[in-house]
Amino acid sequence: MTQLLTKERRYQADFAALEERTRSDPAWLHDLRRKAYDRFADLGFPTARRGNEAWKYTSIAPIADARFAIALNGAVPEASPAKLKRAVPWDDAWPRLVFVNGRYAPSLSAPHTHGGELTVQNLADAARSDGAVMEHLASQASFESEAFAALNTAFLQEGAFVKIADGVAAREPVHLIYVTTQSAQAFLSRPRTLVVAGKNAKLAVIESYLGLGHGRAFTNAVTEYVIGDGAQVERSLLLIEGAEAFHVGTAAVRAGRDSSFTSTAVSLGSALARSNTRVSLQAPGASATINGLYVTTGSQHLDVNTDVAHAAPQTTSRQQHRGVLDGTSRSIFAGRVLIPAGSQKADARLVNKNLLLSRGAEVDTKPSMEIFADDVKATHGATAGQLDATALFYLNSRGIAAASARMLLVHGFASEIITSVQTAKLRAFLDRLFTKSLPLSGGKGAA
Amino acid sequence: MSTTTPILEVRDLRATIAGKEILKGFSLTVRAGEVHAIMGPNGSGKSTFTHIMAGNPAFTVTGGQALYKGKDLLQMSADVRAKEGIFLGFQYPVELPGVKTAQFLRTAINAIRTYKGQPEIEFKAFNQLLKEKSKLVEMHQAMINRSVNEGFSGGEKKRNEVLQMAMLEPLLTLLDEPDSGLDIDSLKIVANGVNQLRKPENAIILVTHYQRLLNYITPDSVHVLIDGRIVKSGGRELALELEAKGYEEFKKAAAPA
Repeated sequence: MTQLLTKERRYQADFAALEERTRSDPAWLHDLRRKAYDRFADLGFPTARRGNEAWKYTSIAPIADARFAIALNGAVPEASPAKLKRAVPWDDAWPRLVFVNGRYAPSLSAPHTHGGELTVQNLADAARSDGAVMEHLASQASFESEAFAALNTAFLQEGAFVKIADGVAAREPVHLIYVTTQSAQAFLSRPRTLVVAGKNAKLAVIESYLGLGHGRAFTNAVTEYVIGDGAQVERSLLLIEGAEAFHVGTAAVRAGRDSSFTSTAVSLGSALARSNTRVSLQAPGASATINGLYVTTGSQHLDVNTDVAHAAPQTTSRQQHRGVLDGTSRSIFAGRVLIPAGSQKADARLVNKNLLLSRGAEVDTKPSMEIFADDVKATHGATAGQLDATALFYLNSRGIAAASARMLLVHGFASEIITSVQTAKLRAFLDRLFTKSLPLSGGKGAA
Repeated sequence: MSTTTPILEVRDLRATIAGKEILKGFSLTVRAGEVHAIMGPNGSGKSTFTHIMAGNPAFTVTGGQALYKGKDLLQMSADVRAKEGIFLGFQYPVELPGVKTAQFLRTAINAIRTYKGQPEIEFKAFNQLLKEKSKLVEMHQAMINRSVNEGFSGGEKKRNEVLQMAMLEPLLTLLDEPDSGLDIDSLKIVANGVNQLRKPENAIILVTHYQRLLNYITPDSVHVLIDGRIVKSGGRELALELEAKGYEEFKKAAAPA
């Protein structure tokens, strides 16, 4: 325990400095941060290798052992707008918040605060002016048992706040971009996103976590969605961190009566990444579609976790997660669906498919359903396989060489997920990514 | 006899799959403008021959030689063979989930054009070409918008093979049982497509079980393949003789004394 505390105490001085700098913040926010910090200090990083089911396949020792700087003040680091536009899907008409190494970058952002129908604003400002922040912040992402959520909340400062009023349909998707740039120091950035959708509102949010340049950095993100009755919310997550980056991200979602939440997570990059999606279907008629597409190459390690709770009867969940693994990379997929005793007529489907492009790659897949109701529909399945030799020969026999034949088949494998994305520009971006830019080894050491 | 180099010259070819010998001394010469039909019972090596010509790595060539335009075909990878003008129409065309037909064909055409030092095909020109060639085999736009062969009927898959042949304009086409599983209407569409692609400068090898196909595509030569070797070659009339007598007589003749 003493050793653990030492690691966490590394952030003690940073925490004190933050408290000092944020004196003008409301008292409730100080209380929240203090509670979270104490909880983090108690919990410690989940580094235990025994009896640690949630982190069974992923050692986060590289994160726990490192010392990351927390940017609290000074100038916002520079990020080139041109570079940014190339690296993520882009439309000048989209409301946009950009954060660089955890700091809000007003010059790159296009917030939306007028009219009252749609608010897209720096969370630090909204915390002072909008009661919805106090009401909902940390209401979904519990830090009681999660050290990373506690760490994020302890250092909660800037972030994204998106609110859409009852009955409003947003014309454009909202884009939240969290950039990590190359720097001499290894930064801990702690993006925080709060999305509140009113009754019968319609909203699309794109969250992009982007690494520009190389270097160690740790992004510890927490996102919360509070979805009102009858609202339709589409979330797209792009995880394109740098090759040496660490990323731990948790999205916690509460879906109200007859609401729908659709999520597409695309993950690539990162030396070590963990992505959690927790959805609570809170009232009858709520539905969630959670799709994921992940690609790991080289020696990357990615741990994808989903957790869907059918907390009410007549709730529906659909999950389709597809992984492509190359090199000596490793992916973990753990999907848990919970249907408690009272949740009759729940309908859940969970599928995980993996494509192994090399002999050295390894996948662990663990779909699980915990069902305590007796009148439900629930199916799950998982597969892992290689590219079909006959399909490869078919493509070769049309003049398509091995590397590009593999690429076509990988894109085909991914396209079921890509085509489910509603935003056309994002779909086109993903198509381009999966036809041109995937850093696959092109047949060396192919399975 | 023509003095020009044959398109394909196969001499005493031997090949195995999973250690089992399938081709046991196969020889065949094909010249520009010719259509050859290879007929034989199940397991005689018909499909194997076409796949080896197209470079399927599942088979191992253990002896003999194959020259394509005078060059050693067996040294070329499958995609290079296609770029050099060889096309295999599959007996069982492969379904490619998520790979759109247009994307697939444009990738193929551009791979071949790049190999030949030509610029990539313009988007508009490609769409025009695809529209035009689709008519040849009565393929509707709705089918082209789908993933390659996914959910296609047997007939649609075979028509898609001829569409690909039309788009890629091969010098040597091998069609592996293009008639299998087809009703008479689809058979006519496939045969009509192939006939329109028949030109004095290219050549076609048809592999078939039944002479029915040859009522619609008239071959210049017919070869009977038994147990990995061609045991008899002749003209169009040989197919009719086969139809009348069956393969049994040829099998007996081929059996070692």
